[in-house]
Amino acid sequence: MRLSRDDLLMRAGVALFAVLLLLMVGLPLWSLLVKGFEDRDGRFVGLANYISYFSTPALFNSALNSFQVAAVCTLLVVPIAFLYAYALTRAVLPLRWLFQGVALIPIFAPSLLPGLALIYLFGTQGFFKSWLGGGQIYGFEGIVIAQVFYCLPHAMMILVTALATADARLYEAADVLGASKVRVFFTVTLPGAKYGVISAALVVFTLVITDFGIAKVIGGNFNVLATDVYKQVIGQQNFSMGAVVGMVLLAPAALAFAVDRFVQRKQVALLTARAVPLVPRPKAGRDIFYTLFCTLVAAGILTILGMAVWGSLIQYWPYNLSLTWANYRFEAFDANGWDSYYNSLIMAAGAAVLGTTLTFTGAWLAEKTKGFYLLRDLVRLLAFLPMAVPGLVLGLGYIFFFNALNNPLNFLYATMAILVINTVAHFYTVGHLTATTALKQIDPEFEAVSASLKVPIWRTFGRVTVPICLPSILDVAIYMFVNAMTTVSSVIFLYAPDTKLASVAAVNIEEAGTTAAATALCVVIVVTSAAVKALHLLADRFLLGRLQAWRRR
Amino acid sequence: MKTYLEVRNLSKRFGDFTALGDVSLDIAEGEFVCFLGPSGCGKTTLLRAIAGLDPQSSGTIRQKGRDVSALPPAQRDFGIVFQSYALFPNLTVTDNVGYGLVSRRQTRAEIVRRVGELLTMVGLPDAGPKYPAQLSGGQQQRVALARALATSPGLLLLDEPLSALDARVRVRLRHEIKALQRRLGVTTIMVTHDQEEALTMADRIVVMNQGAIEQVGGPQEVYRTPSTAFVADFVGAMNFLDGTLAAPDQVKVGTISFACLPQDGLPAGSKVRLCIRPEDVRVRELPADFLNRLTVEVGELDFVGSFCRATLRAGEIALVADFSSNLMRDLGVAAGKKLDVALPPDRVRVFAA
Repeated sequence: MRLSRDDLLMRAGVALFAVLLLLMVGLPLWSLLVKGFEDRDGRFVGLANYISYFSTPALFNSALNSFQVAAVCTLLVVPIAFLYAYALTRAVLPLRWLFQGVALIPIFAPSLLPGLALIYLFGTQGFFKSWLGGGQIYGFEGIVIAQVFYCLPHAMMILVTALATADARLYEAADVLGASKVRVFFTVTLPGAKYGVISAALVVFTLVITDFGIAKVIGGNFNVLATDVYKQVIGQQNFSMGAVVGMVLLAPAALAFAVDRFVQRKQVALLTARAVPLVPRPKAGRDIFYTLFCTLVAAGILTILGMAVWGSLIQYWPYNLSLTWANYRFEAFDANGWDSYYNSLIMAAGAAVLGTTLTFTGAWLAEKTKGFYLLRDLVRLLAFLPMAVPGLVLGLGYIFFFNALNNPLNFLYATMAILVINTVAHFYTVGHLTATTALKQIDPEFEAVSASLKVPIWRTFGRVTVPICLPSILDVAIYMFVNAMTTVSSVIFLYAPDTKLASVAAVNIEEAGTTAAATALCVVIVVTSAAVKALHLLADRFLLGRLQAWRRR
Repeated sequence: MKTYLEVRNLSKRFGDFTALGDVSLDIAEGEFVCFLGPSGCGKTTLLRAIAGLDPQSSGTIRQKGRDVSALPPAQRDFGIVFQSYALFPNLTVTDNVGYGLVSRRQTRAEIVRRVGELLTMVGLPDAGPKYPAQLSGGQQQRVALARALATSPGLLLLDEPLSALDARVRVRLRHEIKALQRRLGVTTIMVTHDQEEALTMADRIVVMNQGAIEQVGGPQEVYRTPSTAFVADFVGAMNFLDGTLAAPDQVKVGTISFACLPQDGLPAGSKVRLCIRPEDVRVRELPADFLNRLTVEVGELDFVGSFCRATLRAGEIALVADFSSNLMRDLGVAAGKKLDVALPPDRVRVFAA
């Protein structure tokens, strides 16, 4: 079969993406793997580093601590998120949109924020310190509470999706057959949401085990894997041991990811085209219960957020509670001042543009190129990989790969560009999946039609495919922007003095002991991300409505 | 007539599965050909190979004397309409129809004129500014047809173009597409699993089964003289009686012998299937010496509107027969009634079992 010019172009594109993703994901991880088998001077030492890791109780204990925290958080978050999601989808709540919105707020915050807020509330000088009896918030309990706040929206979004796709007919059938409420729950509701529950549990587990910010701020002497990586690399400059801890951190995340993929593959579409969507009808008892429950959870979220905002505005906690903007004069706390915030904006905008372009084009090429299976599968695999890789691990890999003197890409090191590239790579998978889903929903014959009409494929890409997928493209852009604003873990190894980001500056300021200014910086990040998201919603509603008139019947 | 498309020894394999096995076929210029068969028979695979969308594993395709076997779709000459229509939802009807014209260096005015002409041709002169979502299924189908014809291709490929439509629209569009095709004289291949569609629209029908061609012939020919038991069964309704060939013109079914036309290819004693269409079971004008007479008892009667489909039993033999309303009234046919019927030997067909 002779190849058309379109086919050749697309194959070249796939090859280019394979190389690009190898550079962005594959090779940095490979460098990390190799580093774990070398000593400080780069000599191969086999498993020596791993042996010394597992025989050092202090290090090995962190792994146990990480698992313990992750397990407890998963057991707490999933039921709460399930009830909350159930309330949003299956009960009649007053101000439903508000409850949904409030539960999403933690997504817009760096993970430091709940930690800092808890310090205000329960720290050594906290408002409610007496509630803890003789105990203290620093350590296991603090991490767990902060993680619940931080992970809730992630689990809730998955469960809302799982619970929203219900067929009303199934419930009517169960009713007609005289099944009790409890039986209906266990035979219809739970099986329908089963995969969502498993997925949510795995996501929470991975988030907790890989998160750095919370453990850093409120962990105290309670060491976890994520803080160990940081200590080994930044504190002791022991890169080999950092690489080993990174690999130990990668294992559970990768395992959880593999389990999730395995489970998802078993899932079949429960909602067929003939299904009748379930619309909850008012029922006083149930609705009151869920309204109270949601109010309680939302109040908890708002308390933590409100505490952060208030704390950032207070003169001198807890002695002088008068309000001030002084904590927002960042130049007084960090050499970069407000510049780190502007850096964050530039980086996030760059990640949004580059990330959206790359993930969408890459997904399109991987889906629509004819033949060329091997490289297309490689692109898909490399696009999936980042989901399983904790940010700290990826960031560490970037040091080893891009900072190597013999790497011609060495010039990227310590630039804004590497921060953008790293962030795009870190969050690549979700963008790729969103784009793939959007592409699968459009008619598979568009390319065949344009070939029969002798129209080059790139014209159809620009004139038809992209406009149709615009809502998904915008979703990916916002996702990239928000994550770039809030991420700490992977970029903490990669910034240079003049490219420091706001989230990293917050870590540094907190390390220096100025909780108020660190909190203030976190608040600025929350407000920015939330504002961008709000703009997106407005644009979606008004601008897209006009641009996409063709969607209306 | 001149051969327009020449398919030679075409095969398509997916791993161990053979989707098309050594198919050869000639299509004349201006002909309307239907590929008919059950799902999975290879008809769509054959169509997509002709378009170059899913290239064959081996074999050649010549279009108008040019070997196109190895060419990508963009270098072949065809227009195509899919079952889903694949209309670009974000473009207006005008832009959809003009999509293939824009890249041909035609002036804006020429394109507008041609699009107007095409839309008038398919009976939608005012649909231009609308989006596909604002049109009914039948209207979308016509727009897809106009778009496929816009570049005046030599070959029109239709992949189950009517199956997404409701029954009434489908019947109307059959006639419109056929009339349009005849007017333009464009060589057309349509894939369908609907035998009625194939019988009413095609000049010739290619009946396919399990990746091979079972029979090629005009609608009447395929219906009246099916060449295999599969075709007999798939096209129209058919009674099958299992028996053995007692003599070249005698089939024994159980204890009853039936006369048929002489069967040359089959040796005496071979297992055969005797076929007759329900409407060929004769009830009226049966002289006493008429061959293949049978006294049957009427079983269930399915009222289908213009006629009744009756189940008839005579010992171990079960038959269905179509009786017109007139006949039902005249003979007072009712369940349980005894009836004399015959299977006219010239309407009986025999296939090796």
